[in-house]
Amino acid sequence: MNAWIERQRGLVDTTVANLGRRRGRNLGLFLAYTLLVFLLASVVLYGDGLRREARLLLADAPELVVQRLTAGRHDLMPAAWLEEIRGLRGVSAVTGRLWGYHFDAAIGANLTLQVPLAEAPASGKTRIGAALARARGLAAGDVLSLRDHAGNPFALSVEALLDSRSELVSADLLLLNEADFRAFFGIEPGRYTDATLAVANPKEVRKVAEKVLARLPAARVISREEMRRSYEAVFNWRQGLLLTFLSVLLAAFALLAWDKASGLSAEERREIGILKAVGWDSGDVLTMKLWEGVLLSATAFLAGYGLAWLHVFYWGAPLFEPVLKGWSVLYPRFTVAPDVDSAQIATLFFLTVLPYVAATLVPVWRAATLDPDEVIRE
Amino acid sequence: MAMFHKRRGSTLAAWALGAGLIPLLLLLLDAGRLAEGRTADREPGRTLAARAGLTDPALFNEARYARHLSQADRHAAFQDHPAGLEHFPAGSLAPPPDPRHERLD
Repeated sequence: MNAWIERQRGLVDTTVANLGRRRGRNLGLFLAYTLLVFLLASVVLYGDGLRREARLLLADAPELVVQRLTAGRHDLMPAAWLEEIRGLRGVSAVTGRLWGYHFDAAIGANLTLQVPLAEAPASGKTRIGAALARARGLAAGDVLSLRDHAGNPFALSVEALLDSRSELVSADLLLLNEADFRAFFGIEPGRYTDATLAVANPKEVRKVAEKVLARLPAARVISREEMRRSYEAVFNWRQGLLLTFLSVLLAAFALLAWDKASGLSAEERREIGILKAVGWDSGDVLTMKLWEGVLLSATAFLAGYGLAWLHVFYWGAPLFEPVLKGWSVLYPRFTVAPDVDSAQIATLFFLTVLPYVAATLVPVWRAATLDPDEVIRE
Repeated sequence: MAMFHKRRGSTLAAWALGAGLIPLLLLLLDAGRLAEGRTADREPGRTLAARAGLTDPALFNEARYARHLSQADRHAAFQDHPAGLEHFPAGSLAPPPDPRHERLD
């Protein structure tokens, strides 16, 4: 065992000496390799972080949302529908929701106006998201003036700002009470935007959804699972798009590695010839080159992955944030939380290291099997 | 420099790998602390989502048809008017529906 270790150390000694002799070229390769790992790892880490955020926030979303469709489009729901649904076995609670959009021309952004299911603000009062408060320059106690459905000024006093830590769901949110909401949008009593359902047994969610559709064929039912799946799909898609662009870089790098390895310089070929002439066999030469690949790949992977981790979780991923997160006037401020996933690290490792090792091994094997006499005479 | 010349190449290689591995391990160890703090920061958002009955993060609020992606109509594109080509990143980067998933309605 000791002899084997000593032999490998000897091979690594020679490898390091070789790397040092062609310092400039290897340093360039190391930097390109590190950049590649950094870019791929940043996209993967950030995409996974966003998916985790959506999962976390939607954990307490309504179990089922029922909408009314008229002529294929979302329409207001009559209160009678709530009673219809309430009578279904398995439904533990039904609540009519009131929410809508308002384009605020002052800041050029869409606001979401909503009546909370519990703890609604008092009449004439509102609670607003931190991003909206920033954009409008509002603080608690200020008055927010909007134009209602008839074009008349509608003033709401800011009771409080919503916790800035909730920006991810409340950036553009304006909470108000039912009477104010109906007055603002001109919606008569007894009509709701949609309804949320609580189901007593989580295993019966699908069954309850089917019952709702059987009772109300003009309804559309959306489950919490579907909401979660929507966001998984959005972030998978965005991450996939970026990774597709970056795969071109991966292919270019594999090509570079192949070119570097197949175009062994005359000096390198002579070196291999001399090594073989002094008693090295092809296996030794291959092992030495394998060590070269492993050392370069492993150090570049560690550096690239470490930098990507810092970039995403400590520096806020400025390179990919606009593409993966999106942008808008009322954009929430938040940083994603890290989640160590060994399968993800292994995938990235194989995605970046294997193409390099595979691209270098074949040309090196061809050089290693050359006749020393022929190589030295070249 | 003389010190480095005396070292074997394999020792230098081990140092280089260690110099990459140890900071990375420290970062991964710090992940627990960081995740705990940031997950705790989401608590007000989760509470608000439960109390107000929210269904979507406010990530794509530039257009009304993209604000509540999970509640959007089946065909959200061109909703404003027939020539209203989408120019917002949310719309252009939202994926097509997954045909494997059987919808409830």
